[in-house]
Amino acid sequence: MAVITPGAPVPAASVRRGRRRPGERVIEGFLVLAAVVSIATTIGIVVSLLFPTVEFFGEVSIIEFVTGTQWTPLFSIKQYGVLPLLVGTLWVTLIATVIAVPLGIGAAIYLSEYARPGTRKLLKPILEVLAGIPTVVYGFFALTFLNPLLIDLWPSDDKPEFQNLLVAGIAMGIMIVPTVASLAEDAMSAVPQSLREGAYALASTKMQVATRVVVPGALSGIVAAIVLGVSRALGETMIVTIAAGLKTDGIPWSPIDGAATMTSFIAGAAQGDLPVDSLDYLTIFAVGTTLFLFTFALNALSIRLVRKFREVYE
Amino acid sequence: MSTTSTPPASHAANPRHRPSLSQRRSRPGEVLFKLALQFCLLVAFAFLVALIAFAVIKGWNRLDPRLWQEMPTGAASRVARAGVQSAITGTLWVIGLTAAICLPIGIASAIYLEEYADNTRWYNRLLELNIQNLAGVPSIVFGILGLGLIARVIGLGFTVITAAIVLSLLVLPVVIIASREALRAVPRSIRQASYALGATRWQTTWRQVLPAAVPGMSTGAILALSRALGEAAPLILLGAVTFIRFNPDSLLSSYTTLPIQIYNLIKEPQAEFQELAAAAIVLLLVILLALNSAAILIRNRFQKRW
Repeated sequence: MAVITPGAPVPAASVRRGRRRPGERVIEGFLVLAAVVSIATTIGIVVSLLFPTVEFFGEVSIIEFVTGTQWTPLFSIKQYGVLPLLVGTLWVTLIATVIAVPLGIGAAIYLSEYARPGTRKLLKPILEVLAGIPTVVYGFFALTFLNPLLIDLWPSDDKPEFQNLLVAGIAMGIMIVPTVASLAEDAMSAVPQSLREGAYALASTKMQVATRVVVPGALSGIVAAIVLGVSRALGETMIVTIAAGLKTDGIPWSPIDGAATMTSFIAGAAQGDLPVDSLDYLTIFAVGTTLFLFTFALNALSIRLVRKFREVYE
Repeated sequence: MSTTSTPPASHAANPRHRPSLSQRRSRPGEVLFKLALQFCLLVAFAFLVALIAFAVIKGWNRLDPRLWQEMPTGAASRVARAGVQSAITGTLWVIGLTAAICLPIGIASAIYLEEYADNTRWYNRLLELNIQNLAGVPSIVFGILGLGLIARVIGLGFTVITAAIVLSLLVLPVVIIASREALRAVPRSIRQASYALGATRWQTTWRQVLPAAVPGMSTGAILALSRALGEAAPLILLGAVTFIRFNPDSLLSSYTTLPIQIYNLIKEPQAEFQELAAAAIVLLLVILLALNSAAILIRNRFQKRW
């Protein structure tokens, strides 16, 4: 609609009008279309999870799903309690977090407060390489290198199993160190230099500045980093599928047991040739929905926290 | 190791020179703290070195042309004559297609969000939030999307194109976020100069902003594709788990990829399979390290500081 507003400055209006071509509009349309793909993806994920899940809960009661202690859809006596998968997931996530949080935050403090620019330029790409290693490779390393080592070094006679949650958690912990470190370092770098200088002027040492000024100042970002790391651990599939096994009959009370997580159950179930729309096939989607809800909540929390530290300092 | 290394004599000699504020304070705790921080990084790096060294040592005997000349097998009797050729060609097909799908869409989305969108509008903010959220969705959930919607409902089946679409959607947020950062780094004055000369919005974007943002975008693109290259979880749901003995020849071929083939080999109990898995891992890591180095090189050499 090329309507010239009366009273508008004439030269400006004519410049715009002279240059307006249909091509511009078409291009903008294409760009919008591309941007809509990501919305369509989200809708696609929700739709592809929702319908089979509703169908699943038509046959299995939600109460059994949430409180049952056996998950044996692929056995002859079928039981659909998601607790074993949940506990397996929690073990691995817990172990991974216990390892990744101190290492990741320590690395972040070092990179942001101690390392010289040159050193940092060298160290950060190495961390990126660590983040870029495929998770099958971590799984292989955990199963064939770390686990025999762990079994050898294990102090008691109650040795870890051939596949176990502990070794998967350890490998996953190292895997998410770069995730935690990089976001935490971003947050620490966003703390204004003037705060550090103020603390130094009050005769603080470097450690005091790091632990009492920078870390509290970047706290929301650090928490966001941890939450993101936890969410990564929850959703990781290959390490647990390879190193923790696919056992689902009963709650794994100890981390040295082999057991499936939500993700590795999905991966395991999908490998069998399940008839479409059988109840067994639907379990993939029910567990997938559970997993999606957990990670969605954590991601939303992490995004909010990041926004908070951005707002405070930028 | 004493932490106060400067002898007190130097203070006496130069009373106005007072670097000692920090030195007087440096206590064992300070040193220990720094050591602890360095230890954190060291653990991560030691793990990386051990992982690479272990794969190379274990796979050493199988690091020969058999790896790319022979087809995979699940039979223990034939494992000495097995390789991962179909996985290499499958990876090339899938990743090539992924690049062709996700890069144009991702870069176009980034251009829309940075150059066109009015980010005070609710729908643009929703778009942004949605991309951030998608970046955190577990990869196996994308596999479920592929299984439920693309393979079954749309009916593309367990084929190269299904895998490429799913991996494209998976890494799309990475491409968008990296491209947006690259576009944002181009200073406003470049755009204003272009507009002042009478260029349209697209002319400005295409001829001024995009060329300046190419290095940053290619770094992001390479990192996104290397993530797709190492991804196995969603493809497990998309029928890539069998030992396939032929190379894909069309969009609708069956396929397998390197990470999937590695997983297949790890599952077999015999030591020969484990060696072959280690050799395939070394191949995968070499490709990924080459891609990563290229990304870092491009970033360091071509990125303009305005």
